[in-house]
Amino acid sequence: MFIPHTPLERSEMLSAIGIDRLEELFQDIPDSFRFPKINLPPVLTEMEALKQIHKISKLNKSCNELKCFLGAGVYDHYIPAAIDQIIQKGEFFTAYTPYQPEISQGILQAIFEYQSLIAALMGMEVCNASHYDGATAAAESALAAYYYLNENRKEFIISKSVHPHYRATIKTYLSGLSDLNIIENDDPLANPNELSNFITKNTALIVLQYPDFLGRLFDLTNIIKSAHQSGALTSVIVNPMALGLLKTPAEFGADFIVGEGQPLGIPLSFGGPYLGLFTTRKELVRKISGRLVGQTVDNQGRRGYVLTLTAREQHIRREKATSNICTNQGLMALTAVIYLCLLGKEGLHQVAELCYQKAHYAANQISKLNMYSVNMQHPFFNEFFVKCPKPVSQINQQLLEKGIIGGYDLGIDYPYLRDHMLIALTEKNSRDDIDYLVKSLIEITND
Amino acid sequence: MTEPTCYELSSTGRRGMRFPDLDVPISPLENDFVRKHIDLPELSELDVVRHFTHLSRLNYSVDQGLYPLGSCTMKYNPRVNEAAARLNGFINTHPLQPSETVQGNLSLMYLLQEWLKEITGFDAFSLQPAAGAQGEFVGGLIIRAYHRANKDEQRNRILVPDSAHGTNPATTNMTGFNIVNIPSDKRGNLDINVLKENCNSHLAGLMLTNPNTLGLFEEHLAEVIEIVHKNGGLVYGDGANLNALLGILRPADIGIDIMHINLHKTFSTPHGGGGPGSGPVGVVESLKDFLPEPVVDIIEPGDNGKSPIYGLIRPKHSIGRVKSFHGHFGILVRAYMYISMLGAQGLRNVAEFAVLNANYLMVLLKKKYHLPYERTCMHEFVVEGCWRELPEIHALDISKRLIDYGFHPPTNYFPLIVKEALMIEPTETENLQTLKQFADAMLNIADEAHSNPELLKTAPHYAPIGRLDEVKAARELILCCHPTHQE
Repeated sequence: MFIPHTPLERSEMLSAIGIDRLEELFQDIPDSFRFPKINLPPVLTEMEALKQIHKISKLNKSCNELKCFLGAGVYDHYIPAAIDQIIQKGEFFTAYTPYQPEISQGILQAIFEYQSLIAALMGMEVCNASHYDGATAAAESALAAYYYLNENRKEFIISKSVHPHYRATIKTYLSGLSDLNIIENDDPLANPNELSNFITKNTALIVLQYPDFLGRLFDLTNIIKSAHQSGALTSVIVNPMALGLLKTPAEFGADFIVGEGQPLGIPLSFGGPYLGLFTTRKELVRKISGRLVGQTVDNQGRRGYVLTLTAREQHIRREKATSNICTNQGLMALTAVIYLCLLGKEGLHQVAELCYQKAHYAANQISKLNMYSVNMQHPFFNEFFVKCPKPVSQINQQLLEKGIIGGYDLGIDYPYLRDHMLIALTEKNSRDDIDYLVKSLIEITND
Repeated sequence: MTEPTCYELSSTGRRGMRFPDLDVPISPLENDFVRKHIDLPELSELDVVRHFTHLSRLNYSVDQGLYPLGSCTMKYNPRVNEAAARLNGFINTHPLQPSETVQGNLSLMYLLQEWLKEITGFDAFSLQPAAGAQGEFVGGLIIRAYHRANKDEQRNRILVPDSAHGTNPATTNMTGFNIVNIPSDKRGNLDINVLKENCNSHLAGLMLTNPNTLGLFEEHLAEVIEIVHKNGGLVYGDGANLNALLGILRPADIGIDIMHINLHKTFSTPHGGGGPGSGPVGVVESLKDFLPEPVVDIIEPGDNGKSPIYGLIRPKHSIGRVKSFHGHFGILVRAYMYISMLGAQGLRNVAEFAVLNANYLMVLLKKKYHLPYERTCMHEFVVEGCWRELPEIHALDISKRLIDYGFHPPTNYFPLIVKEALMIEPTETENLQTLKQFADAMLNIADEAHSNPELLKTAPHYAPIGRLDEVKAARELILCCHPTHQE
């Protein structure tokens, strides 16, 4: 399949090479290992393969059939139909990294615009061409901070209210370097200002999240100021959708603002591929990893775009590079820039406000239930947590029977928050859905 | 033609998308946190569609013609994969849904793990890594974890041949090892004497790209692996060039301990202008417990027609997580489809015809281009993009002139051990006529280099834009067109 050679053409090619049989091309491979027997299922045609995989997909229950109140880092937003039409244009879709700028201006300008719009959204000066996802973008900010501070500072403070997958990923990324110390506070409910107790002359970076994993919003001005006073940097993980409505941590003074770009038009797709947003200040640009597209002119003075500052990257700097990233999330970055262009200033604000209002309505309604207690102490965006009268896994099981995907069980990552559920809303949840969730929660606890 | 930026096309007050009105009572906004200003463009849907359609026309792609970028495996990717990856059950499932609602996804991942094990000979796979480079990173951390578990922490050196992939040295640094470069010998194999000299109590492992970036199969592979193993090291195989070995050699059979696979190259995902990729990692039995989390396993065996129940588990001594969630699932679906449609024989044909195409093209090109190594190549080969009598002509000039002939240039200046390298990988999906046309273009350019070198130096002549000033880009560093950030 997908191999165009006719028997005649094959013979012509073999004789041009001067051999009789295809097998002769493989004489360098040791006899005893050559041409192994491989057991795979019988071959399917396109028609059969699609039928079979359709059957597999039907074993899932999707957020289209169920009412979804699950977030915890990725969210079920509406995706404008035009996006998939555009990204499936073969000219974008089947190209690769724009190593040859003269025939890659399309993707180069699109990435340049992506950098521009994400930088505008974050309120930062520099955005790179993407990382794999929010978690790796956060980890790359830790590496950048370490190298920017000349490898002298060895301590990294990570707030316990940062997404557990992100905390785990940062630890893995730093595990290769020697003598680094990662400090986490114990209490996920702590105010971020308490982290200043951990700052020393050896602190390289403080990692915070906004809204945090529990959905809460804190003014980060003071903790960022404390970090800067000691010469440390700060990295804030954001939900980009929240920034359609809320202040960006750039206003608090953050050095890196990173995050998961999935809310910007990228499907849930069971965990990926997503998009790692990475922004920083201009001063740090030479220490960050990942590709950058810069504006320039051609030999006739016409505006054009190229990959720039490539001397930072692995293929040139080799073992002195700070990261090995090569393939990134080009198509997902294209998705995000199209999404932002389609929604524009007003549209993004509208979606963000819909998320905010629906979440606040849901929180208010649930807070009226005797058995549930909603955390309303802190401002939140589209996600909040609720103490439940019984284990979250049990509640979710019962909600599922009513066609609802319940919230995230915080007890999985925080034993301290056993029986706490993290509930997320988007513009896709209608008032009826929310009322149905509330009614179902009542029914479940009355059982 | 220059396409305006999205900001230049913007008109105040214009809208592209509308969303339903609010259907819940209004709660007050948190004044301390409300944003005052956001500078995004304002466009209609048609403005956006046209803008990106104009941009798309400035790009070269596989859909348009041969894209022989060495080590990138720019093959044709079946379109049905796209239909599969967009099925509602896949694309609309949340990664943290209860596992009983995503048994389809988990069973697909489990089967893909099993198929990859069968194709490569490894005993276990994690599908988590996001790309080849991240797979390498995982491999390095596994080597480290293995030596730590054996109380062998002094093993801090990784040997990397000079014909390895570009990412390998950076990976070595990220995983905390010291790198030792192993030069190539006259036949393009790694120099076995230098290898032996570096096999001591500090040896952690060898990172081997095989076939290497010269497109050559390591002729002493079994011996090389044996030397490393005897000296307590592990052998990491860079799987970026697996397209040459499908059904030809299972890397684990000959003793490779760990390997990442670039699903987006070998198992067909369109490269999307730079990604996304997917880089699952396979290991032998003794390294299984170190794999990154999660891996998919059977939690409850099925019986009598009842299917097993699948779940995500964390390997016992896992090196940890390298990203959020479970890997690039959408790409796993595409790989699953591809393997379903090819089967064992189809996969072997992929390697056979990829290697046939490369050797055929090499024979045609060697009439006028110097080959640094005269050997049968695998799926790719390297020629020198220069001639001794023409010192002013570089690989770059040949590449730019190729654009005029309607082809994407090969990989330039890699591997570093060949002067003015042009690394060419035609892949198995290209037909004989295309290969001939490409060879004709290359041979013409060789003639032009001698008769009219200026034609090469000023190329491309028929591209949407001329040669770009990269020095200016780096010096002025304009990275955003956002009005408030323009210098």
